[in-house]
Amino acid sequence: MHIVVCTKHTPDSEAKMSVDEAGNVSWGESPLIINPWDEYAVEEALILRDEHGGTVTVVSVGAEAALEALKHAVAMGCDEAVRVWDDACAGADTLATSYVLAKTVEKIGDVDLLLFGKSAIDAETWQTGSAVARRLGWPALMYTIKIAELDPDGKRIVVERLLEQGRQVVSAPLPAVVGTTKGINEPRYTSFMGIRKAAKMAYPLWTLQDVGAEADKVGAAGSGVRWPEVAMPPAREGEAEIIAGETVEESAAILVDKLLAEKVI
Amino acid sequence: MSNDIFTWVEQFKGEPAAVSWEAIGAARELADELGGSVVACVFGGEGVEKLAQEAISYGADTVLLAEDATLADFRVEPQAALLASVVREAEPSAVVIGATFRGRELGPALAVDLGTGCIADCIALELADGQVVATRPIYAGKLLCKCVVPDRRPQILTTRARAFAKPEPDPARSGEVKQVEPVLAEDDILCQVTGFEAAGGSVSLADAGIIVSGGRGVGGPEGFEPVRELAETLGAALGASRAAVDAGWMPYAHQVGQTGKTVGPDLYVAAGISGAIQHQAGMRTSKVIVAVNKDPEAPIFKLAHYGIVGDLFKVVPALNAALKEKLG
Repeated sequence: MHIVVCTKHTPDSEAKMSVDEAGNVSWGESPLIINPWDEYAVEEALILRDEHGGTVTVVSVGAEAALEALKHAVAMGCDEAVRVWDDACAGADTLATSYVLAKTVEKIGDVDLLLFGKSAIDAETWQTGSAVARRLGWPALMYTIKIAELDPDGKRIVVERLLEQGRQVVSAPLPAVVGTTKGINEPRYTSFMGIRKAAKMAYPLWTLQDVGAEADKVGAAGSGVRWPEVAMPPAREGEAEIIAGETVEESAAILVDKLLAEKVI
Repeated sequence: MSNDIFTWVEQFKGEPAAVSWEAIGAARELADELGGSVVACVFGGEGVEKLAQEAISYGADTVLLAEDATLADFRVEPQAALLASVVREAEPSAVVIGATFRGRELGPALAVDLGTGCIADCIALELADGQVVATRPIYAGKLLCKCVVPDRRPQILTTRARAFAKPEPDPARSGEVKQVEPVLAEDDILCQVTGFEAAGGSVSLADAGIIVSGGRGVGGPEGFEPVRELAETLGAALGASRAAVDAGWMPYAHQVGQTGKTVGPDLYVAAGISGAIQHQAGMRTSKVIVAVNKDPEAPIFKLAHYGIVGDLFKVVPALNAALKEKLG
């Protein structure tokens, strides 16, 4: 079985974000890490490989900083890694990124399963996995919390996926796109041996030509969405009003009156 | 291209999602300013016809209704194919979809079909020179981003639950209902839905007007009891911090925060939650935030509007008793 995991790098979730007067976004001293949601996808790929045999390839469309995400995935246990980049890919929305990823998957060729994290913690669109599935014409099994059955020979997968009202059980043919979510597994920590392997590994760079992508369909030119303005949210006005009655009961009664006055209860 | 705005009405077993009516409200405002109509797409299984008049009462001028077994359980393939087909024919200016699990899967699939842009999780929409300018949070709400779809149409927008006001329904409003036929036959659809396991608890966090959440401070699964009782008194949804979920005290479906659900209720009560930045990311847009924590230095007090410093096992039952007295 050939499993491909798509990943990207993001600032750490604790990063203090800021925007300067020119509109440039900064995450300060915070490190770039693998998108935390992608760790669930990598872990699931490794579990499935160890159960069914095969290879796990991790893919990222990104400039050199994307190596951070690829290295982490290899340190966790992925077998191969591919980075795809061309300066023309800069400024892409999910329409353009999904095009490059779909082309990359087609170039890899023998893919049975394509895994994604639920979303990326930077732009948080949740869109790329669904868009790639649509481009490839593969089933999209987003928000999967459990792979109930996987039959590589019979080319079928059954998953439980999270919707607002509960879990939908879906059966689909392979190849398929699976979007993972928290709860599907507990991502492993990287081992010393894994980190050494990741440090020694070669990370091939594929160009647009390598994957057969047309330059006018990538990056800003291939995107539908533009984001001309990024700003800090307005600061909340005022401090919390600390309610300190003589007794707990008095504090509780004062708070209830405040909430009634706010018309929120 | 027309000045019309399309919306997609989400339903589960015939029950509409509240965010779909909010989306109709947002679409109505755009359409009125552009001088266009609001067209609501109701695609579902047998019995969804009743949602057509409901969509009109919330502000739709026209409803495109498809009632077919292939559309009963949500699957992105038949929904996106049919939506793309009616949108291609009508060439609306924009398509507004609620940013639920289903909507956030459908929006990008439609965008690929139509070769256009989908702006995810919008919290505000305005028009500038006839083009939608959408505001959306990024980096867990640490930044706000203004997005546009400058060169392509339609503009696809998914709207966050409770970010847009739900219109007052007017049962006397009239509109036109047009039948449309599914584009895909069952044999053309790859995914088969073979079951559904309903989640425990009836209140959806994303749609909840009041949420009461517990965190590390509740100390264990039984510690959630007073929190649960307060939630019941308020008719609130029950939430939990990541610490409480990771400790196994509450199921993941209740988790609020960056790795859980993003919520925006009128009232958010945080009991025994310190308020890590990842938790704040999931609830900072709540209208009124109340924090109960024994540590006066807890970061949650920086975000809260009202706070009580004290033992939640004393404060929360006292709050519950005071509410029962005042609310009768």
